[in-house]
Amino acid sequence: MSAVTTDIDAPVGVLVAKSPGFWSNVLRRLIRDPVAMIALAIIVILVLIAIFAPYIAPYDPSKGSVIRRLKPIGTPGYIFGTDELGRDMLSRLIHGTRLSLIMGVIPVPIAFIIGSTIGIIAGYAGGIVNTLIMRTIDVFYAFPSVLLAVALSGALGSGLTNALVSLTVVFIPQIARVAESVTTQVRKLDYVDAARASGASAATIIRVHILGNVLGPIFVFATSLISVSMILASGLSFLGLGVRPPDAEWGLMLNTLRTAIYSNPFVAALPGVMIFITSICFNLFSDGLRTAMDVKS
Amino acid sequence: MKDPMIDIRNLSVTFNRGRKPVKAVNGVSLSVNSGEVVALLGESGSGKSVTMRSLLRLHPKGTSIEGSMRVAGNDVTELSARELADYRGATVSMVFQEPRLALDPVYTLGQQIEEAIMRHENVSRREAALRALGLFEKVRIPSPERRLMNYPHEMSGGMLQRSMIAMAIACNPKVLLADEPTTALDATVQIQILLLIRELQKEYGLSVIFVTHDIGVAAEVADRIAVMYAGRIVEEGKVADVIQNPKHPYTRGLLGARVELAHGRDRLITIPGAPPDLAALPPGCAFAPRCAEAAAQCITDVPRLTAIDDTASVACVRYA
Repeated sequence: MSAVTTDIDAPVGVLVAKSPGFWSNVLRRLIRDPVAMIALAIIVILVLIAIFAPYIAPYDPSKGSVIRRLKPIGTPGYIFGTDELGRDMLSRLIHGTRLSLIMGVIPVPIAFIIGSTIGIIAGYAGGIVNTLIMRTIDVFYAFPSVLLAVALSGALGSGLTNALVSLTVVFIPQIARVAESVTTQVRKLDYVDAARASGASAATIIRVHILGNVLGPIFVFATSLISVSMILASGLSFLGLGVRPPDAEWGLMLNTLRTAIYSNPFVAALPGVMIFITSICFNLFSDGLRTAMDVKS
Repeated sequence: MKDPMIDIRNLSVTFNRGRKPVKAVNGVSLSVNSGEVVALLGESGSGKSVTMRSLLRLHPKGTSIEGSMRVAGNDVTELSARELADYRGATVSMVFQEPRLALDPVYTLGQQIEEAIMRHENVSRREAALRALGLFEKVRIPSPERRLMNYPHEMSGGMLQRSMIAMAIACNPKVLLADEPTTALDATVQIQILLLIRELQKEYGLSVIFVTHDIGVAAEVADRIAVMYAGRIVEEGKVADVIQNPKHPYTRGLLGARVELAHGRDRLITIPGAPPDLAALPPGCAFAPRCAEAAAQCITDVPRLTAIDDTASVACVRYA
């Protein structure tokens, strides 16, 4: 009898060493992915630019001058030229990073939390609850996202907060649908039955087995929405529904510069280039994350 | 005589999804004594898995269960949600057919076993981890310390099934339900798993219900065999009796259809016809349309499972 206890006591030291978790595994694989790392580096640089904008920008982004309007790229002192009011483009692009990133990034995590909660509940409950929730979601999903965002911000009125709210509402149904379909798949799998057979309550099953298997795919989908969000946010600002002048935001800058598209096309395109670079970096990073999280392959 | 560990009386399970209700189990009575292994033998859709899952009430919503089931003094049909959670895993646990699907891919095996232990017993994670290690040694997984930290996709099917068994016996259950635990495994691994189950069953004095469609497996592992067809038990008896002296025409058909008996003949012997549609069972013996010996009575009356001696019973008019 005593032999049994000593037998079990022996290898304590080995067990204390914690196994490498799922996320550290993902991180290790992600670091080995050069494309994702370059994309992440650019995102980090953009975030730093946004944070330190006032210290980096050479000029006041809202101070214009009638005599140096629409200078081309490469003008001494104004490396990216000036806009239609003679404001320094470089300074405005740097300051624009702030609002553009806020509008692009903030709606996604909020929609992620709300959307996955709705989707997981619908997916786990199934039956009539699922039908009720998902058909309601489908009503929103039926609108093209640009149209829905424009309609919502139009109804709420322009301004940063309203634009954020409408973008969030646009993304909730999309995330909820992904969450619902992944949850429905996972719910039917044997390991959920196995957990139930070993006495797990519904709460435990959702917390441990459903969330553990479902959050990854939803998270990857959500990161891919950041680039969409950036473009939609720029679109709202372009239409005058998001940020209002004289604040610097890339979409808004595209709008105000569109009058100069023939006289000074390269300067006019610069905000678009920034939007493109940012959204493609978020997309590439999201792709890398997806690959890294597919541990099974 | 003391009460049996598992006592199923007149169990019927009906799935109410879809247009027509599907009667998967029609009046099954089965009792299993403490420390006894009973194999439920039958082809796909004969209701063997459903019968077994009823013991854990693991059916989808909208399934109606009739009859009574007593397991280790618990009236399974009457358990509340709370009692059911305490009963599952602690009194009765289950080994699934496909270990690769029955283990959660995002947690290590150690974490899953610890979870299962901590669900029922008030122990620290450290203590649970020690127990998990002991269990891995018990099911003879090599280098158990390292294996506990593996994710399911990092291990072979046989190792996973051993882990699954370790998890099933983690909380010292009285009853182990095995749902074709060797079907998804290589032939060489199958026998090892069977021996392991048999060994653990003896050591822990477990009552085991072993679902399989493989007569060889049933003969290897079981004390008694119950043959199921279309949701009913058609023959029951000691392993040797059923295999050497099958009574029911269906059992005889099954035994005759084994590949091992073919001896290079170009065609295998089969049972003609197909199993009946469970949504529209024939009024009489469910096997009658395929039975070479069917009489007029077989078409109209369902034969009752009748004892023919102390241990054996059969549901066929020829023995009534």
